[in-house]
Amino acid sequence: MSSTEHNSLAPVEDGTRLPVANPGLGEHVERYTDADPAAARRAYLQVLTLFGLVPVLAIAFVVVYFAVPQHLWVPLLGTQWPLNSLLLGLTGGLAVLFIGLGAVHWARQLMSDHEMVEQRHPASSDTATREAFAEKVHAGVMDAGVSRRGMLLGSLGGALGILAVPALVSLADMGPWPTAAVRRETIEKTLWTEGEVVVNDVNARPLRPEDLEIGQLVNAEPASLFDLHGVDYMTEKAKSPLIVVRMDPNRIQIPESRRDWQVGGILAYSKICTHVGCPITLWEQQTHHVLCPCHQSTFDLGNSGVVVFGPAARSLPQLPLRVNADGYLVAQSDFTVPVGPSFFERDSHNDYVEGDQ
Amino acid sequence: MARPADVVPTPAAPEPRDTTGASAAPPQRTMPRGTTWLDERMGLAKIGKAGLRKVFPDHWSFLLGEIALYSFIVLLITGIFLTIWFRPSMAEIEYTGTYELMRGRHVSEAFASALDISFDVRGGLLVRQIHHWAALLFVAAITAHMLRVFFTGAFRKPREINWLIGVGLMATSLIAGFSGYSLPDDLLSGTGLRFVDGLIRSIPVVGTWLEFFVFGGQFPGELLISRLYMVHILLVPAVILGLISAHLALVVYHKHTQFPGPGRTEANVVGYPLFPVYMAKAGGFFFIVFGALILMAATMSINQVWLYGPYNPAAVTAGSQPDWYMGWLEGALRLIPPGWESHWGNTTWTWSVFLPGVGLMGLLFTVLALWPFVEAKLLGDTSEHHLLDRPRNAPTRTALGVAGMTCYGMFWLNGANDIIATQFNVSLNAVTMSIRVLVFVMPVIAFFVTKRICLSLQRADRERVLHGSESGVLVRDPAGGYAEGHAPISQGEAFTLTQHKQYEPLEASETEDEHGVRRRDPNAVSGFTARMSRWFVGDDVRKPTAAELEEAHHHEDASDDDMPRQLV
Ligand code: HEM
Ligand code: FES
Repeated sequence: MSSTEHNSLAPVEDGTRLPVANPGLGEHVERYTDADPAAARRAYLQVLTLFGLVPVLAIAFVVVYFAVPQHLWVPLLGTQWPLNSLLLGLTGGLAVLFIGLGAVHWARQLMSDHEMVEQRHPASSDTATREAFAEKVHAGVMDAGVSRRGMLLGSLGGALGILAVPALVSLADMGPWPTAAVRRETIEKTLWTEGEVVVNDVNARPLRPEDLEIGQLVNAEPASLFDLHGVDYMTEKAKSPLIVVRMDPNRIQIPESRRDWQVGGILAYSKICTHVGCPITLWEQQTHHVLCPCHQSTFDLGNSGVVVFGPAARSLPQLPLRVNADGYLVAQSDFTVPVGPSFFERDSHNDYVEGDQ
Repeated sequence: MARPADVVPTPAAPEPRDTTGASAAPPQRTMPRGTTWLDERMGLAKIGKAGLRKVFPDHWSFLLGEIALYSFIVLLITGIFLTIWFRPSMAEIEYTGTYELMRGRHVSEAFASALDISFDVRGGLLVRQIHHWAALLFVAAITAHMLRVFFTGAFRKPREINWLIGVGLMATSLIAGFSGYSLPDDLLSGTGLRFVDGLIRSIPVVGTWLEFFVFGGQFPGELLISRLYMVHILLVPAVILGLISAHLALVVYHKHTQFPGPGRTEANVVGYPLFPVYMAKAGGFFFIVFGALILMAATMSINQVWLYGPYNPAAVTAGSQPDWYMGWLEGALRLIPPGWESHWGNTTWTWSVFLPGVGLMGLLFTVLALWPFVEAKLLGDTSEHHLLDRPRNAPTRTALGVAGMTCYGMFWLNGANDIIATQFNVSLNAVTMSIRVLVFVMPVIAFFVTKRICLSLQRADRERVLHGSESGVLVRDPAGGYAEGHAPISQGEAFTLTQHKQYEPLEASETEDEHGVRRRDPNAVSGFTARMSRWFVGDDVRKPTAAELEEAHHHEDASDDDMPRQLV
């Protein structure tokens, strides 16, 4: 930018930019309230009424607060309304609204509506100011001695910069470090182990193969989940849930390697979506598909849980099942791959892909 | 009473109505009572002299930023009320409050306290609902405000920094909304957090570490809610308050832009004074926004956490929707076809989450932040702008803006693909697959349609200035032909339609001097910039020049003579 440019907002009055000259502000048009004293008086009374209703509503608010029982729900227009809350809102809301309407009405009808003009100044400073500024900067720099002792600024900058290291390091305890060992005990592990009993997730009853008909899907959990509490319970519940489903063994594909993972067409899969971890819920008996309600990833349970639609990139992990001596469904081991959404260190070579044997 | 406010627009001329109140023969006024005390301590009179009668221009679209500001204030007020009872803890307790259906259930303290506020604190339910409605309005108002700033070119020099502050406000507001949505620990908010967990995990290399650090271990852990609480009630509000202060300080420093019109120039601002008009209007408008939010909260139930129940990682409600401003990300995630994941060595790169989630958000904010600088570069424009653009006069910018909104809208639509599928009884997969195409096609269509519309409007403006408005009166000339008479438009209107700057596409500058040496010129225009510049402004319809106007008037005067005089 040239130095002459910065103290003007000039291009405005430049002939090529303006083929039609600026005619200046138009005539001021009177409002009714300017011309007609009766209209002005009406507006005045309206403003007073709006402001005057506020104390009435405020008192009504206080009365409602104390007089209307809080647990009273009343049917109105087909729904139930919390009466106390509704009336507090109506009285308080109108009180506040009337202050606003009154003030705006006053401004629009009664205050002077002559437009005023103020000059703008460019955001930048004029040449003299810039020179003075440069002079001060120079004087300061000289006083500080940084031009003669060249290392000062560099070393200060370095010293300040290095402080980022202790600052960041002090956050290193925000959570456990997900080293390989920690991952193996946390996100790569669930409650399922050899012999862990599969129980219904609502009543915690162990499941027998006979409990399931063909086409039926049951949400299940490991029995030991119900011994846990608080955060442990929540954490495991975010990883261990199963969907147990019985399908006609002749109508589904079971790869060689997973022959003995099932019990007469009963298969168990992780209920936690491999996309971002929502619990999968919608089961379609005819196609053997389950759909995740979050982003609609669809998995084929009749084909080792491969993805048939939606954003998930990996098949649902399957849990190897067997029947124990008492005739209940139990796990043969933990899942063979980590459940839930992907993470960087996840070794995803063992997930089932279409065509695996 | 009515005094014509015939202000001369040139800066040199004296002002008929002086805004500072110090006219030629100032009446002797004494300081109002009480103000001397303050003046002696903080120079009140100086501040008031400069600021009290500051002029603000009037336009409905300037209210959008105000709505954002006021809903933020409402959020602060109602938020303080909520903190009095809310307990940000994930510890498991037995719910013993008055809501029958939950009594005896094991829930987190956070969830129990959200129920207490709703059922056991008088007015609590109302305030919770005001807070949530205000949050939705806040983000909506910011978005609308940003769009108005974009389409009117209010981000141009010298307001680029304020635009950047705005982009920062937009980002922090999303964090504010999301962190608040997560606090009650109900089924919906937990599901939202699960999504965030997956999003964080998807970040290459550091994702798992970030996840463990944010959640204090595995999802969901027991620390997240108290951490989010700190973010929601301390960190983010502090940042937003700081940014808003800077934002408004700059609005005052730059003085608000104004739409073009008679008497408006790049060098003035025309409007009404802060005291008393804007104090009453803007102050009153705060109460209108607040009052409307209270009435909405009283009559429109929102986020009924007691119906959703506490968070349970193994359950999800059907048709659960995030708050509206997260809908587009949800839709983007849903759009990805299967299999977007790379398994390299023992690592997993989960593009299906990273790209639509983290990538898209990053892209949006990067494009927004860079836009003012890109545009200035393409126009080669270093001048200040205080008169707003009518969107038609920046056809390519307007078209790009509409294309961007369309793209966002397609993502957002896909966030409701399940609802579309059930409402219209079509296959969910078909809806998603159509939108996979539309998300690319529709923005392109929107771009061309908008650009065409802008150019036609520019052409219509040009016609109107040159030949006047169609009078609706058919005139028969002596030769028997018919023509529609045109009435000339006012000078004010003609000025408004022609005052904008006409940009020429940039020409690429010579890259070598006469000796074949590469030039090092910081202002040089590269071939690429020149091509982009031509694309950006090359199609703009030229506004009439003074000569063309002269010519057109001449022509009309001439034709008037051989036209029969109209019998009026
Ligand atoms: C917390 C959110 C925000 C608040 C409270 C806020 C508030 C305001 C207010 C009150 C004004 C003056 C009135 C108006 O022009 O509407 C303003 C102007 C402005 N805002 Fe914002 N704003 C917010 C976010 C944003 C965003 C997201 C952007 C853009 C990315 C933005 C860019 C601007 C610009 C460039 C101006 C100057 C406009 C002009 O002078 O014409 N603001 N803001
Ligand atoms: S979490 Fe299941 S599809 Fe996204």
